[in-house]
Amino acid sequence: MATSSVAIEVTGLSKTYDSLTAVQDLSLTVQTGEIFGLLGPNGAGKSTTLRILITTLKPTSGKATIFSHDVEAEADTVRQLIGYVPQERAIDRFLTGREHLLLLGDLYHLPKEEAVRRIQELLKLVDLEDHADRVAKTYSGGMKRKLDIACGLLPNPKVLFLDEPTLGLDVQSRLNVWDYVRRLRDQGMTIVMTTNYLDEADQLCDRIAIIDGGTIRATGSPKELKAGLGGDGVSLTLREGDPGVHEQLTEDIKGLPFVRSIRSRERGLDIRVDAPEKALPALFEATNRIGCHIESIEYHRPRLDDVFIHYTGRSMADASSSSDSESAG
Amino acid sequence: MQNQIQEVLALTNRWVKRLSREKFSMLFTLVQPMLFWLIFFGSLFQRAADVNVVQAPNYISFLAAGVVVMTVLNNGLAGGVDLLFDKENGFLERLMATPIRRSSVILSRFLFVMAITAMQILVILGVAFFFDVRPETGILGIAVILCIGMLFGVGLTAISMAMAFSVKSHGDFFSVLGFLSLPMIFLSSALVPLSAMPGWMQALAALNPMTWVIDAVRPLILIGWEAAIPQVMIALGVLVVFDALCLYGGAKAFRKTVG
Repeated sequence: MATSSVAIEVTGLSKTYDSLTAVQDLSLTVQTGEIFGLLGPNGAGKSTTLRILITTLKPTSGKATIFSHDVEAEADTVRQLIGYVPQERAIDRFLTGREHLLLLGDLYHLPKEEAVRRIQELLKLVDLEDHADRVAKTYSGGMKRKLDIACGLLPNPKVLFLDEPTLGLDVQSRLNVWDYVRRLRDQGMTIVMTTNYLDEADQLCDRIAIIDGGTIRATGSPKELKAGLGGDGVSLTLREGDPGVHEQLTEDIKGLPFVRSIRSRERGLDIRVDAPEKALPALFEATNRIGCHIESIEYHRPRLDDVFIHYTGRSMADASSSSDSESAG
Repeated sequence: MQNQIQEVLALTNRWVKRLSREKFSMLFTLVQPMLFWLIFFGSLFQRAADVNVVQAPNYISFLAAGVVVMTVLNNGLAGGVDLLFDKENGFLERLMATPIRRSSVILSRFLFVMAITAMQILVILGVAFFFDVRPETGILGIAVILCIGMLFGVGLTAISMAMAFSVKSHGDFFSVLGFLSLPMIFLSSALVPLSAMPGWMQALAALNPMTWVIDAVRPLILIGWEAAIPQVMIALGVLVVFDALCLYGGAKAFRKTVG
């Protein structure tokens, strides 16, 4: 049965704050045992969606279930099934790592011996044994994140939610986090995470939902999404010259059979092409004909950033900088 | 029920640990009211205050009741601060994503603030003892003072938590706190009896629940049961209404934040 493998089902979810719509008619399905990523710029609605799923925020309308339990009506049951890894600052600086876990052990009502045993295992898993009895204000960013993950895993959850798990981490800590997350997935855990890193979504997530402006623009595995674009990317950067050259070149290559789309940017063009072996010479010919000079040319296989641009009309970097002034989603 | 007790105790234990690790903060929390108000203020106005106006053997013995209730006021109004920080840094969200009863967080805060307040009241009365202030109603009177203090503290802590949940930033919280606390003290019978105030201040002070609380604590310290009992009854009546209003407001703000 197909339904037996569904972990999370979200239908028509909306959340409005006073005048701001954070999430609008959002639907998605997460399968059991996959790493599902919500990819989008700040303010896109990722965190709002996550908060509704972990039961700490009520949706304005729509429905979300985790293993068929409604996050609103059966919040208590849902809370027994999930673990949550918030962003790094949600740590009590005055408690030790072990005390964080013991507190949560009491809140989940784990039997004392089981809690102590599990805490020891988790500290070992995230490699924090040696620092478990130091207060958290002495921890580095990477250690805090390890503690966060241990806290999220303490109730032995069926679904683990991670909010921007590698935000602000150094490269090594980042790879460690990826490694834990993969291992958990391999043990059968379902993982839902938000990220605004394209490479993280690409390399870590089994499936992603691209979210922008409170709605989902595309869903699929990174591979599918990239393949779905069709064609490869060619980025031309032109040397400063006649202002008309840009338009002229666009006009000239628009009709070429292997050119799929052209997107203009400052001092250059992003062109999506089929059959690069034919497209590249033809592009050179076109530039030579109108006498404009190419400063650089870059050819690449489809990237997740291209997918983002394709579905949202802007690049991830532009989206992030333009939404900085908006409220954090 | 047993589950909730476990939750409340675990969360209260966290507040205790936090306090015990902020050594300076703990020291100043405990020492500030008695040092500043009781000893400095008490000594400063020892000669300026007319014993016939304050109707006490000396100013410090008059002031003791005021300092006890001021401590309740300050602890209560600051009682929501840690929840405010928890809300801002996301720790509250972490707690709310666990299957605990929503009220456990609030209850742990009440329990902690009340315990700290009770200890401080005892310390203040202990210091006052060295200045020859001996409560006329004895140990039982001290127990009644603690009860009245707790009842007042519950309402104040509820206001503070309601504010913590409602404010947009902690700057707002501390502005309101600063705005509230000194007028509450000066417009009460903490520093001078109502009879010594200008008419308009008397009228405002009579609306301040703190006045009624102090007027019940003071005869317990200075005079004795006979004078104190009617005042204690009035204070209890005032506090029931006060607490009911504060708890209602607090519950509303809490529900709006965490559902």
